[in-house]
Amino acid sequence: MRKSLLVLCLVWLPMTAIAAGGESAGLRSMTPALQDKASLQNGMQMFVNYCMGCHSLEYQRFSRAAEDLDIPRGLVEDNLIFADGLAFNDQMRIAMASTQSATWFGTSPPDLTLVTRLHSSDWVYSYLLGFYRDPERPTGVNNSVFPSVAMPNVLEPLQGVQAQVCHGSDCQLELVEPGQLSPEVFEKAMFDLTNFLVYVGEPSRLQARSLAPKVLIFLLVFAILAYMLKREYWRDLH
Amino acid sequence: MERSDKPKAERGLMRWVDDRFPATQMLRDHLTGYYAPRNFNFWYFFGSLALLVLVNQILTGIWLTMTYTPTAEDAFASVETIMRDVEWGWLIRYLHTTGASAFFVVIYLHMFRGLLYGSYKAPRELVWVFGMAIYLALMAEAFMGYLLPWGQMSYWGAQVITSLFSAIPAIGPGLAEWIRGDYLVTGITLNRFFALHVVALPIVILALVVLHIVALHEVGSNNPDGIEIKDKLDTNGKPLDGVPFHPYYTLKDLVGVAVFLFVFCVVVFYFPEGGGYFIEKPNFEPANPLQTPDHIAPVWYFTPFYAILRGVTFSVFGLEAKFLGVMAMGLAIGLLFVLPWLDRSRVRSMRYKGWVSRAMLGLFVICFVTLGVLGVLPSTETRTTIAQVCTLGYFAYFLLMPLYTRLEGTRPVPERVTD
Repeated sequence: MRKSLLVLCLVWLPMTAIAAGGESAGLRSMTPALQDKASLQNGMQMFVNYCMGCHSLEYQRFSRAAEDLDIPRGLVEDNLIFADGLAFNDQMRIAMASTQSATWFGTSPPDLTLVTRLHSSDWVYSYLLGFYRDPERPTGVNNSVFPSVAMPNVLEPLQGVQAQVCHGSDCQLELVEPGQLSPEVFEKAMFDLTNFLVYVGEPSRLQARSLAPKVLIFLLVFAILAYMLKREYWRDLH
Repeated sequence: MERSDKPKAERGLMRWVDDRFPATQMLRDHLTGYYAPRNFNFWYFFGSLALLVLVNQILTGIWLTMTYTPTAEDAFASVETIMRDVEWGWLIRYLHTTGASAFFVVIYLHMFRGLLYGSYKAPRELVWVFGMAIYLALMAEAFMGYLLPWGQMSYWGAQVITSLFSAIPAIGPGLAEWIRGDYLVTGITLNRFFALHVVALPIVILALVVLHIVALHEVGSNNPDGIEIKDKLDTNGKPLDGVPFHPYYTLKDLVGVAVFLFVFCVVVFYFPEGGGYFIEKPNFEPANPLQTPDHIAPVWYFTPFYAILRGVTFSVFGLEAKFLGVMAMGLAIGLLFVLPWLDRSRVRSMRYKGWVSRAMLGLFVICFVTLGVLGVLPSTETRTTIAQVCTLGYFAYFLLMPLYTRLEGTRPVPERVTD
């Protein structure tokens, strides 16, 4: 038994060791809080107001978000659905045609339904906080997480303007022009926005978390009963 | 015609069935009257667990096909529909994706058990060969299934693997085109992989599983001591060291099933992406034939063979490296098929083999795991060298086996099984 555990470790340890690496270098950590409905609601509001001009959530329905985030239907219909022809049960699509946006920005803004799963919550959070002034870029800004990004900093009125200050190879972003929000309030807003995008990436996560303990407790009891039954039968052999 | 030796129920419905179909006889042959050695240990759980995972894959797979759309335009979106709009769709899909990885975990451990206790040796060669055929069909099944979500890694993984066939001299390019049904992986490839994944290969796998079990029940199970329990019978002609599979092993396996399901469900409910190894991150982006991902890595269960393929960086006799790599990969799997004829040892179990066999099996495991890790990572010069060394170790285990198993000293095998 001890030997077999050793072999299992030999198989799994290298796997977990490499799993720890990846896209995480130099990112600010963001641990999602999917139970925090207020944060998710605020994040959805941020997304609709600031992102949804260009970015769709083509697999996420307004109705599902309203249900999961406890937002009344009327509130969603009055304040969060702007585009003509979109109804409560529709996916969060946008009116902008991707052919047009590709001409305007050089690339069409990606759909963001799965962005936190494609990258990570850390990546999205750091990206949102990572814009800084760069006169060499056509948009006037660059991003420390996504260099030469095509997206302009649409959150600049809220955040203000950051500049990159380098000491050798160690570069930091510093606020040089304040925006409408203080840095703390802005970071909280970006946390909420990222949190909402984490929810959108996998709406079933909330269901999975509430179901899991019941399933696992059942299996635990089942395992104990199965073991007792097995022992009862095998006792006769010896 | 009535045959007296055929077991039948005394009366009732079962008797009616038994007069028309050998139900009681089959139950006796394969469960209540099938004697298995009483000293099975931890390693013997994985056969029944593989069967459990197979059933899981078939059931969840059937439900997935009810919503999944096998077209290049709609495949990716239909998976998200399953994840969001289908009642319990997320659970069905995660059971299927996690099941795919779990299948290979239990199969690898099941195969290792065979290596450890010599379960492939005479008279069980066909059990092993059928098992290897299942493994091969399973690899094809998993590879084709991986294309279906039509994500970036699905697409480029299929592109890389199908292009391997084009490395074969003369017929290669035509063969790759024939497999894909197009010049590149396209919606046509998706359609045919879907057909093979949900119809053809499951039928092949189920048929092979039947052959695997029928062959096993013909010769009887091996055990950790590698001795024949049929050699020592009691006065009723039953093996002294055997117990009826039912109820003894059905109940013991039930404990294994419960423990396995616990671990399995922890992954399904809390870590369905398996740290990016069960569902790779680039697969959350729809397939884009115009944009190659930075790093294409196959799913973890293929990486040992992928590392062997990539490790061949040189050409010999005018044959290009890529073709030789494909050959090395094919040979790595092919050698497993002929394992029963490579092992010339007088004993079956590692318990009674000599230290060379033990060392070589250890070397094999280390090489296989290391190759698996290397296959995930982008290749560098150092990593390629390590992969080459491990490839040598992998092949040495098989190719030197006829020598070291024949020459080494073995320990005396006990008459009866030990606990």
